[in-house]
This record gives sequence, structure tokens and C-alpha cells, in this order.
Amino acid sequence: MNDLIRRYGVTITALMCLLVAFWLVMLVIVPNITLFEQSFRPYLPVVDVGGPKDVYSLGNYAKVFDGSIERSIFGYTYIIPVHVMTFGLTIWYSIVVTVACFALAYPLAFFMAKIANPKSLPTLLLLLFIPLWVSEVLRAFAWWIILAFKGPLNALLLALGTIDKPVRWIVDYDGVVIGLTYTYVLFMLFPIYNAIQSLDTNQIEAADDLGAPWWKIHWRIVLPHAKPGIASGCVMVFMLSAGSLLVPSILGSTTSQWFTQTIDQWFKDALDWNTASAYAFILLLLCTVFVSIALKVFNVKLSDIAK
Amino acid sequence: MSAGIDLENVCCDFGSFRAVDNANVSIEPGEFFSFLGPSGCGKTTILRMISGFIEPTQGAIKIGGRDMRGQRPNQRPTALIFQNLALFPLMPIWENISFGLEVRGVDKKTRRKKAEELLELVDLAGAADKMVSQLSGGQKQRVAIARALAVEPSVMLLDEPLSALDLKLRQHMRAELRTIQKRTGVTFIYITHDQGEALAMSDRVGVMSQGRIQQIAGPRDIYNAPINGFVAGFVGENNIFDGSIGAVADGIAAFDTPYGPLRARVLDKPQGQKLRLYVRPEHTISAAKKGTENSIPVTVSEVSFEGAFISVMTHSADGKVLTAEIRNDGSATVPDIGAKLFASFDAARAALLPDANVKG
Amino acid sequence: MHKLRITLARLYMGLFLAFMLAPLVVMSGAAFNDSRLPSIVPWKGFTTHWFEAMINDGRMMTAFGNTLIVALAVAILAVIVGTASAILINSISGRVRTVLYSMMISTILIPGVVIGISTMILWTRMGGLLFEPGQKLWPFIPGLHLSVLGQVSYIAAMVMLLVLARLQSFDAGLEEAALDLGASHAQVLRRILLPYLYPAIGAGGAVAFFQSIENYNVTQFTRGGMDTLTVYVFSMVRSGVTPAINALAFLLIMVTLVLALIYEINRRRLARIESAREAEARRATALEEAI
Repeated sequence: MNDLIRRYGVTITALMCLLVAFWLVMLVIVPNITLFEQSFRPYLPVVDVGGPKDVYSLGNYAKVFDGSIERSIFGYTYIIPVHVMTFGLTIWYSIVVTVACFALAYPLAFFMAKIANPKSLPTLLLLLFIPLWVSEVLRAFAWWIILAFKGPLNALLLALGTIDKPVRWIVDYDGVVIGLTYTYVLFMLFPIYNAIQSLDTNQIEAADDLGAPWWKIHWRIVLPHAKPGIASGCVMVFMLSAGSLLVPSILGSTTSQWFTQTIDQWFKDALDWNTASAYAFILLLLCTVFVSIALKVFNVKLSDIAK
Repeated sequence: MSAGIDLENVCCDFGSFRAVDNANVSIEPGEFFSFLGPSGCGKTTILRMISGFIEPTQGAIKIGGRDMRGQRPNQRPTALIFQNLALFPLMPIWENISFGLEVRGVDKKTRRKKAEELLELVDLAGAADKMVSQLSGGQKQRVAIARALAVEPSVMLLDEPLSALDLKLRQHMRAELRTIQKRTGVTFIYITHDQGEALAMSDRVGVMSQGRIQQIAGPRDIYNAPINGFVAGFVGENNIFDGSIGAVADGIAAFDTPYGPLRARVLDKPQGQKLRLYVRPEHTISAAKKGTENSIPVTVSEVSFEGAFISVMTHSADGKVLTAEIRNDGSATVPDIGAKLFASFDAARAALLPDANVKG
Repeated sequence: MHKLRITLARLYMGLFLAFMLAPLVVMSGAAFNDSRLPSIVPWKGFTTHWFEAMINDGRMMTAFGNTLIVALAVAILAVIVGTASAILINSISGRVRTVLYSMMISTILIPGVVIGISTMILWTRMGGLLFEPGQKLWPFIPGLHLSVLGQVSYIAAMVMLLVLARLQSFDAGLEEAALDLGASHAQVLRRILLPYLYPAIGAGGAVAFFQSIENYNVTQFTRGGMDTLTVYVFSMVRSGVTPAINALAFLLIMVTLVLALIYEINRRRLARIESAREAEARRATALEEAI
């Protein structure tokens, strides 16, 4: 702080502090506290607000456990509340997306960082950035066109002879996973690319020279070095996937439900903001828990995650 | 107009570490004054205090008689040349130079003219529209000087500006800086760890060690008449003898050493500090015969050719190394290795000195 | 690295790029297909009448306009807040810095639904505290202004990251030199620091603008009855879609491509100039050493 005052004087420093405070307090901390508080209030008609029925309770949270349905897995049947099921599947498929993104992005990140010609890199990066600039909704919609039953993907595969009947791609969670992977793979690519770039190429060459096979080089040298980038990418992709509303809505099917869609339904259809808050808070909480565990496992700090 | 600087009992503390201890010096207007010392001696701290980036913990700094306490750097009549020059990379040269005028509200035409005048002064005519990245090291130096001169400071502060240049360029720039200083008449305060630079350029030199000013004198006196062992050792080579002082007569004292009784000059009244005898290699002769006084039997161990002079390294019977220097003009014969000679010196050329003046 | 592996790697790169860009091609292609539903198979003939349909769709144009206004507001706010935050974060250290930095980064990770709902609730409740029910005034009502606030809450962090990266290679000695030459604090900021940051600020502004355009989660919950492009397109997909959307998509993709092209050409030009300057400096240094 003293450093800032020395460089820019008291007025400008105060102004900067004010701006940062406005952001963090008004736009981040206070809204979240309000959300938290609201989630404990029952949904009441306007007149009753502030009255005797307006007490704090865990009622909204308990609604998660309503509406049980029957499911079976590996032949073993069990009963589970719908929303819990939805939440579990959301987390599960977000993990699937994360793994898929990693599998796709890692080889490419390595290629770009170590194999590609450095002069062509800025152009390459630019090409990769272009899809990011095109709106997410349009990209999801593009996949909706591609994956349609009578769409170009089936047409292409039929023409190539790979399949003999059109495949229903947008079934169950498949469409959602494909869409999410496409949308967020770049968020996995760039952190890993950055991390691998900082690895001294001589180390790889030394290992190669000592006779290590390529998979061992990656397992023992490249992957450990890229760990912060991988952790960063995984966290971003997971959080973005779990919190995504557009892609699951557009590419979802009758048998898929994303937890964010449930929140949306509470908010828009039932107009019950309070329960929506509770559900939103559950999402926030459990995602934070996941991220914290992931960071601990990877031994990375939150401050290492940057673009 | 150039101004003088007065440091009165200036101290600077960083927590419990005293970086500058009771600095007292009066620098004349128009003087080229150097602070000389090793890294960490406090010379950079003094410079930053004069320029206003640090406030002294104690004492007063006066520029032109005015106390500078509380004056921010942009309010002082000083201009600082940074060690890494700090030229503005996004501005062309002429904007760099006239920046000080720009912030004072001078109009563009006048600024451009002034910049071009200064470029002439520093021998860089025609470079006005170039960018910093197009210049060589020496050219950047001169732009930095021009930029500082543009605000017509009373005092120019230079922070080891030549340390990044190579030898020949450094020597060339030394002469240039001196010329510019004489031409403009501005007070220059120069800090460096290179004694050759300080001695060659300055009117006076302040030698510093561990935050304390050891000696302030002209270059010749610093070299020929150092007042303590630190100064003697920092600005040149020495042969040093331990011993105890005996009788003093006419400024020459008897000094009892393991090598026999030696005689050397002594300053004032020795005040019970530990004294050592210092004599420079260029005043040490490796003689074939033993002299009347100050003559120690030695064996030549190494002879190295240093260009302008030849260094003769000898060692005494107990292994003490004594160095003599012979001018490379054929005036003296170069001894062979293994020759048995006598290291001799004149009492008037040797001095008994205390160690450094350290924090008490 | 072995030749075969390099070829395989290049092939993978090509496939990946195709994977990334194919949907955009399909989207654009469908804009020209004379078919009632958006698709490129079966191809029923080339037409441009969907572009007219798009322009005639008043609601889409309004939504588009709203989107641009929101994006502009978000870009301006996010750049101001993000730059200030970057400068602040850069100058502090220790626990405070870690805490603040983590708080800022966490905004990017918070699910958009959470941001949207919390922003809505906060401002409507503030309105409830200040006014009688039914008498709500701006800004305490749902609307695009709340969308702006919600979006800024996490987009500012993105801008901050970009500016911070640039800031870390800044030589603070330049500011000292400026102060020493007599500049006031405001002049130091305006003439020395900000010009250095302009590339990052520009990039931040662009990122903020485009991130705002494509935001759905926050906007959906905060917009009240107003439409933005993402909301409108989404509702169309659900209710009944015509290739007019593809026409719009094609335009957006073209604009993006043109901007990318301009950026690339400019970047190459600057790189050429910079290396020419460095070559000149090297020549001058060589001359100097020959003195």
C-alpha cells in the first residue's frame, strides 16, 4: 500500500482501493451472503414477508430429498431422491467431460509447446481462439445441427460406410457430454500449454538420450512438470461444465437433466427464488468442495490458476 | 544554476540496520563529487536520500541552502541518472528528453527545439525521432544525460552509470561526462565502486564503508595520503605490516615488526588505535643489496607482465607476500624467479594507518 | 523427436483444428441452405433470403442491440475495475495479497447461475428495504443493468489477470525517473504506466466484450423481461428455429474472422518493426565497440 502511495499519491491510490472494494464487496461478497441468507427463508406471498411465518429454516434444502424414484445399477435396485440423482449425474458427467478434455488437450498442448515451429505458434493460437469468440449458444446450436438424426455427421458416416443406419447422437447424456467437451476443451488446452512451455526441452532430450521410451518421458518428466497447468485446466473445465446451463438445455434429451436446469426450473417455473437459492448454494458448496479436494490432491494452490 | 549540497549528520536506518551513519559533507556548487565504496557501503542510499526517494532518519539534507525535508522527488531541483538508465521505451528520443519539460507544461515546439539542442550537446544530432530500442549502450547513456539536463537541475545525481559498458567505452564516456559537466557547470554527484573512475573524474572523492564516510579529499590525496587502512586498500594495492609503534620524530615513527624495525610516516597523534604499516607496490623496490632501513630479505616467487608495469611477487622467509612494481620502460632490470633480493621502501612513502572508521 | 511422431502430431493438430472449426463451417453453411430447418443435409439450394429474414426479425435486432449495449458497458466497467485491481495486487504482498487474489480468481469459478440469482436477490431486496412493495425504482428492479453488474463480477477478474501479466514485466524504475523529472502522480500514471499497459488493457477490453456477448447464465436470471442475443437464440432453439439464426451466426463468425485477420496482420507488422529496430541497435553497438 505504501508502495502505491509513493508511486501514485494518496488520491489515486484511494480511488483504486475504492474500485476494488466496490467489485469485491458489492459484486461478490454481499450477493453471495444474501443468497446464503435467502436460501433459509421460506417462499411466502409478499404480504407474509417479514411476518411471523418468515422464519429461518432448512426447509428449502430439505426439498432436495423430495420425490424419490427407483433406479437400478448392475442389477441392484435402489431408491434415490430425484434431485440427488440429478446432482450425482451432473457431477459424474462433468468428470467425464473433464477427462475427455484432458485426453484431447494434452497431446495438442505438448505438440504446441515442444514440437511446433515457434514462428507459426501465434497464428495457431489465433486460429484456436476463434471458436472461443463465437458465442457459446451458437456453438452448442451448431452441434445440435451436426448431431441431428438427419444431420451432417450421420450423412458423413453413412457415406463413408462406417455405419449402415443413422445413429441417434442426442440421446441420454451423450449430446451434452459432446457439447460440453467441445465448448470447454480450450480451457484445458491453454493452461497445460503454458505449463509445458516452461519445461526445459533439454530435459526431454536428456531422457530420450538416456533411452527412455516416449510414454515414460511423459509419465515421469512432462506430466509432473505440467501438474499445475493440468490442475488448473481440470478445475476450470469441471466448474464450467457443472455450472453450464446452455449446453445441457440445447443438447439435452428427454432422459437428461442437469442440476442447473433444476435450479432454473425453481427460479423461472415455480418462481420460488428461495429454493432456487438453496439449490444454487448447494451447487456452489459442493463444487467448492470438489475443487478444494482436487487442489489438495494435485498439491496446487488456488493462486497458481491463471490464464 | 548549480547548487551546493550539505549533508548534516545524516543517518538512514532500515529497521535496526543503519545504512548510513552520520554522514557529513559539504559539496560545492559546480563540483564533480564522487561517493566511492564497495557494494552495501551506503552510497546508493545517500543518493536516494538526496534525490528524495528515501527520507533520512536523522539529520538534514540541504540543497542550495534549503532544507529538503518533506520534499518529494518531483519537487527537488535534482535530476537522477539511474543505473539501468530507465529511458521510456514507448516514446521517441526527443520525447524522452523533453519529458521533464512536458510535465511542466512547456509547449510542443519549444520542447522539440530544446531536445534537439541537447542532442547536439551530447553528440547525438539527428537521433530525435528514433526509439530507444534502436540505440547502442553508449548512445542510451547520452540520451539519459540529455534528459536530465533538460530540466536544468541544480544537481545531477549519477548512479553508477557506466557499470554496464565495456572497458574502452567506459573510458571514452568518462571523458565525455567530465566535459559535459564542465560545459554546463552543474554540480555532479557520482557514485561508483570503481576507484579508477572516481579518481579520474572527480574534483573530490568521498570514500565510504559500511555506512560511514571514511575520507573526503581530492583524488591525489585520497591515493597518496589515505587516512586509514580501508581507504588505502580500496583505491590501490598495498603491502601491509603489523607491528607496534615506537618513538615518533618529525612525523616519522619507528614501527616494530617481526621483520625488524621499520620506519614510516604517521598522521597526527596516534590515539591508541591499532596501526599498520602501508606501502604501495610502486614505491617498493626489489633491490639487490640490503638498504639502510626498511629492507626485508625476500625470494622472488612470480613475475607477471601487466602491460604498463611489471608486478614482482616475492615472499619473505616466513611466507609473507610482498609485491613490488617495476615500470615497463626498461629503467630497471626484471629479476628472475628464485632470485634472492631485498624488498625496500622509503620511510616517507610508507604510512602508519588505523583500520577503517566503523560504526561505533 | 522422431519423424513419424512429428507427422502424427501434425496430423492430430490438423484434426483438432478441424474439430474446432467444423461447427462454425456447418453453422455458416446452414445460413445459405434453402431449407426450412437449419441444416446442411439435405442441401436444397443456395439462397440468401435468410439474411433478409434476420434483418426483418425485429425482436432479434432488438436483442442484438441490447447485447451490444450490455457488452460495451461491461467492457468499460470490467477494464476500469480489472486494471485498478491488477495495479493494487501487484503492489501488495503476503497474506493479504494471497487472500485478495484468491477471492478475485474465485469469481471466474463461481457458476453463473449462482452469480445471476444472487445479484437478482440482492438488488430486489435492497429495493424492498428502501421502497414500498410495488413501487420499485431503477436500479432495484430486474433488468439489463443487473446483467451488467453480474457479468462484471467475474469478467473483471479476467481483465485483471491479463493486465497483471503485463504489469509484472514493467520496470518501476521508469516511474521513479518520471517523478524525478518533476512529473505529478497523475502524469506518471497517464504517461508512463497506462501506455505500457495499453496492449493488455485493449486485450482485456476485447475479452470482456466478447465474454459478455456470449454470457447466458448470469443474463438469464437478471434480465427481467429484456432480451439479449443468447437468451433470444436459446428461446428460439427451444420453440422453433429458422436458419435466420444461422445467418446471424455467419455474420458473427465473419466479423470474428475479420477482426482476427486484422489483429494478425498488425501483429506481424509490429514484429517486423521491432526486429528492424533491434538490428539497428546491434549495428550501433558494434560501431561503438570499434572505437
